[in-house]
Amino acid sequence: MERIANAVGIATVNEPTLIMLFTVFVLAVFVGYYVVWNVTAALHSPLMSVTNAISSVIIVGALIAAGPMEVNFSKVMGFVAVVLASINIFGGFIVSQRMLQMYRKKK
Amino acid sequence: MSAELTGFAYLIAAICFILALRGLSSPETARQGNIIGICGMAIAIATTLASPEVLSYTWILAGIVIGGAIGTVIALKIHMTALPQLVAAFHSLVGLAAVFVASATLYAPDAYGIGSVGSIKTASLVEMAVGAAIGAITFTGSIVAFAKLQGLVTGAPLVFTGQHALNAVLGIAAVALVVFFAREESHLAYWGIVALALALGFLMILPIGGADMPVVISMLNSYSGWAACGIGFTLGNTLLIITGALVGSSGAILSYIMCKGMNRSFISVILGGFGADDSAVAAGGPSGDRAVRQGSAEDAAFIMKNGGKVIIVPGYGMAVAQAQHAVREMADILKAEGVDVSYAIHPVAGRMPGHMNVLLAEANVPYDEVFELEVINNAFAMADVAYVIGANDVTNPAAKTDPASPIYGMPILDVERAKTVLFVKRSMASGYAGVDNELFFRDNTMMLFGDAKKMTEEIVHALG
Repeated sequence: MERIANAVGIATVNEPTLIMLFTVFVLAVFVGYYVVWNVTAALHSPLMSVTNAISSVIIVGALIAAGPMEVNFSKVMGFVAVVLASINIFGGFIVSQRMLQMYRKKK
Repeated sequence: MSAELTGFAYLIAAICFILALRGLSSPETARQGNIIGICGMAIAIATTLASPEVLSYTWILAGIVIGGAIGTVIALKIHMTALPQLVAAFHSLVGLAAVFVASATLYAPDAYGIGSVGSIKTASLVEMAVGAAIGAITFTGSIVAFAKLQGLVTGAPLVFTGQHALNAVLGIAAVALVVFFAREESHLAYWGIVALALALGFLMILPIGGADMPVVISMLNSYSGWAACGIGFTLGNTLLIITGALVGSSGAILSYIMCKGMNRSFISVILGGFGADDSAVAAGGPSGDRAVRQGSAEDAAFIMKNGGKVIIVPGYGMAVAQAQHAVREMADILKAEGVDVSYAIHPVAGRMPGHMNVLLAEANVPYDEVFELEVINNAFAMADVAYVIGANDVTNPAAKTDPASPIYGMPILDVERAKTVLFVKRSMASGYAGVDNELFFRDNTMMLFGDAKKMTEEIVHALG
């Protein structure tokens, strides 16, 4: 079962080792650090709502949990997580867009 | 979809998210950045749906439709003044979703290729437990933050003896349970960890006062990212790890900026209790019956109309009174009279980072008239009028002169250097730090007592 899952699974792309994942993690922290310091203070509120929206990418894990045919505990968990993450994705991006639309330059 | 193609699609999504944040470096590119972020999310979801694990779509589509509808309605209806609590509420959902996903991986590990029930890899168990714990802390912590911001519970810090000891015991117990869980894969231990983390999140935010909310809300923003990271490690999913790390570091940087804006250490904010009633007597010098100069809306209108340069200093009081539209109206009239008007924003003004900027933008104030503290602080010396509306502690000169003051060392806006300071305030009450503001008693200060919105509207009337 595990072998089959590994052979086709997306969660196990090339069976990443912990150190590989950790490398990706550390590099991403650095990217985040430099990108976020460049964000203008005037946009710190939209920054919070955009980061909030993209952190809902956790929906990826929820979709896999909610994906199987048979109904079991983990499918229910996955379904609830899909609902919660969707609220965040739609809510977060829309409220960000609403905010950003208000920022205007002097005419 | 092959594993390579899936991995590649996830990479594209991650790049989209980085570009979304990159866009926020200027208001001109920010809208476009947000659209790119939406594309990234669409790619991530579509890629996962096309993966071989996902066989049944009914529940998923129902979930997305239900959640999407709720989220859309909330986002379209919410008032901009309620933004801080909305963000807190959204953070709580990410935290809760992380707990659910972690639970799903525990009960159906083979779907994620991390082993089967009873023989999940130890590393995966640790990652799962950590992800769930951070998610649970984010969830209850954000709920408390939401309740405080919404005014459901008092914004005052709630402290009791032995609080820190209790938190420490709970924290140690949680770590011990994680170790046990990693060895035994006991479901009971897992739920124990979740329960402890839920309690910790609650207890951690409870003692933190309303005025420290900018730090709290940034910190929870950061936690929601680390929770996503934890789940990413469990699933071996690089997209989740990258995105979580971006969000986590973003929240951490915002927390740092907010702490610096208050000259407080992150630890002291976390330990809480700031702004408690007992600090009111801490310092600030005697105020007694010292006289203040009080003025009317007509006086204020006259002074501003005849000034060459007016700097408006908004604070949380402006948000509470919803006075931003009246302020912009006043500025429009002054500008028509040939007065130079600009706005000065302190980093911790309001209840979340950038709170004032959004409110002013909502009132159609052009963003190039709004300046940060470092940029505009020297301009006060050349200003005829500083119009302080709903701000207090961030203008208190005691931060520069009185080492005994609780706010000593905090960067402040040098409003006292303006020729006249017009201070709109409901009463002589002190700010959240419980410190008297000696600015009220200066010769060049004129107090305008009243509600921020009403007073500004009266000034508009007097100007017109």
